[in-house]
Amino acid sequence: MWTYILKRLLHGLFSIIGASLLIFVITRLTGDPVAMLLPPEATEEMVRQMRATLGLDRPIWEQYLIFASHALQGDLGMSYRWEMPALTLLLDRLPATIQLASAGLLFSISVAVPLGVLSAVYRGSWIDRVGKTLAMAGQAMPNFWVGLILILVFSVSLGWLPAYGSGSFRHLILPAIALGSYPVAAQTRIVRSSMLDVLDSDYIKMGRILGASESVLVWKYAFRNAAVPLITVLGVYFAAMLGGTFVVEVIFAWPGVGRTVVEAVFARDFPVVQAGVLFTSVVFVTVNLLVDLSYGVIDPRARVNV
Amino acid sequence: MSSVETATISAPRARLNLSAIMRLPFIPIFILSVLVICAIFGNQLAPHNPTALNLGMALKPPGWVEGGSWAYPLGTDNLGRDILSRIIAGARISVIVAIYAIIVSGGIGAIFGMMAGYFGRTVDTVIMRIVDIQMSVPALALALVLATLLRPSLSTVLIVIAITYWSWYARIVRAEVISLKQRDYVALARIAGVSTPVIFIRHLLPNIMNTLLVLATLQVGQVIIFEASLSFLGLGIQNPDVSWGLMLADARSYITVAWWAITMPGIAIMLTCLAANLFGDWMRDTFDPKRRQL
Repeated sequence: MWTYILKRLLHGLFSIIGASLLIFVITRLTGDPVAMLLPPEATEEMVRQMRATLGLDRPIWEQYLIFASHALQGDLGMSYRWEMPALTLLLDRLPATIQLASAGLLFSISVAVPLGVLSAVYRGSWIDRVGKTLAMAGQAMPNFWVGLILILVFSVSLGWLPAYGSGSFRHLILPAIALGSYPVAAQTRIVRSSMLDVLDSDYIKMGRILGASESVLVWKYAFRNAAVPLITVLGVYFAAMLGGTFVVEVIFAWPGVGRTVVEAVFARDFPVVQAGVLFTSVVFVTVNLLVDLSYGVIDPRARVNV
Repeated sequence: MSSVETATISAPRARLNLSAIMRLPFIPIFILSVLVICAIFGNQLAPHNPTALNLGMALKPPGWVEGGSWAYPLGTDNLGRDILSRIIAGARISVIVAIYAIIVSGGIGAIFGMMAGYFGRTVDTVIMRIVDIQMSVPALALALVLATLLRPSLSTVLIVIAITYWSWYARIVRAEVISLKQRDYVALARIAGVSTPVIFIRHLLPNIMNTLLVLATLQVGQVIIFEASLSFLGLGIQNPDVSWGLMLADARSYITVAWWAITMPGIAIMLTCLAANLFGDWMRDTFDPKRRQL
């Protein structure tokens, strides 16, 4: 077990280093980092100082080490738009994004689980077909368009929910649905197919012979086992949600990391963009790592194949 | 040589008899054909110039709504541009992005996947680690970095697609090649002194072609949505070029007065993705039944 955890930790660490390297190389390849890291009105003196700090006269791998050691100390540059460290800015905005992504995930699961289970139990029936159609449609709509349509219907026409902003539960509903609509399809499919497998297993048949009620069988015994594959991919979906928050936060003016980074792109506030992307990657890798580790606890068979 | 080749295991082929034709997904094929026709002949088909401003005609509702005119069947946007003509014109970008993604991401992914699966050991480890790294940076985040550094344009979108979408192909092709490698005909070809590039092209590629085609079709919807998202954020296609995502961005400020400007381009995206996904599902079921789970 400990070797498994250690291996996964190393693996995760490696991915984070690799992601930072990727971002570093892209920024160095495509532009002058000094011009990007300093505000346009920077003086000659500031430029020289920045060149010295970044060590631009040194070999590229040394430059990366300087970048990485700064990053490890939490120094991802100063946002010149907000005049505070980029990392502090992002950490300030993180809770809002986590709240939104969790709500989105909660929405998608609360649709996908009943739909997937019922589709499996009543395979081939109308509910199975409805599930398939809904899932297909969800996967074909960009989440920003779902957001716009939700605003159109529930805010503009019906006036039930606020179109943008944050601060209350009512503000959370529309962005969460917009964010959560896309993964419903895949999650439903996963729940349905693993439920079909489990429902066909001997212990469910045994339970049926012993006279257990069908709803107890389905929800207590079958679903618990069928949920394992869903849990393993939740991390992936959570990470995908973090990617999706960029657009959804912009539409709903949600004060999270995504909107901050997108606004930074337009303000050419490069330190914030770079930090935001690095930050997203670290969160992504960490979430996946936690999921993998929890999977190892839930299902010991997973520990073997690392 | 030929005896080696006849041993190639091929997936069950769809025979072109009547029952196979009846099972073709007609509606998706129809939608995709319309899309491609619009992409090629858009200029001739569009009833109006998609980029011509006509402020006197601004924000006209669709033809069937009161106050609308059938000269502009789907209405006009805030600058009086005909929405139907713009949707037709926008098909071109979607088709370019889709074809590009299939060729470039599919190509890179297939090459790296085959190399990882075939050579194993260090090559495999290195390539799969690169895949891991690539997958730990969300595509949209990467696009944001590039958009800050370069001027946002179609080429930024295409660069990000090239960097991002190959890894999915690579992972699946690798798994496929690992099992193909065990087959006798590959081992025999190697013993017979067939060079590695020839083994790749003549013995591995034909066997992963079905998988590649299925993956490519299933990915079309994703890249079209990706392009639309970037253009919507203002980080992709720029005016006066026409893209569905950009149309939605333009219409966003008029959401309270012009529901059609928000609805129509989105329906175009949805129908296209739905058709591509359904077609992909059909391809998978027909050519690659192993992958029902995908």
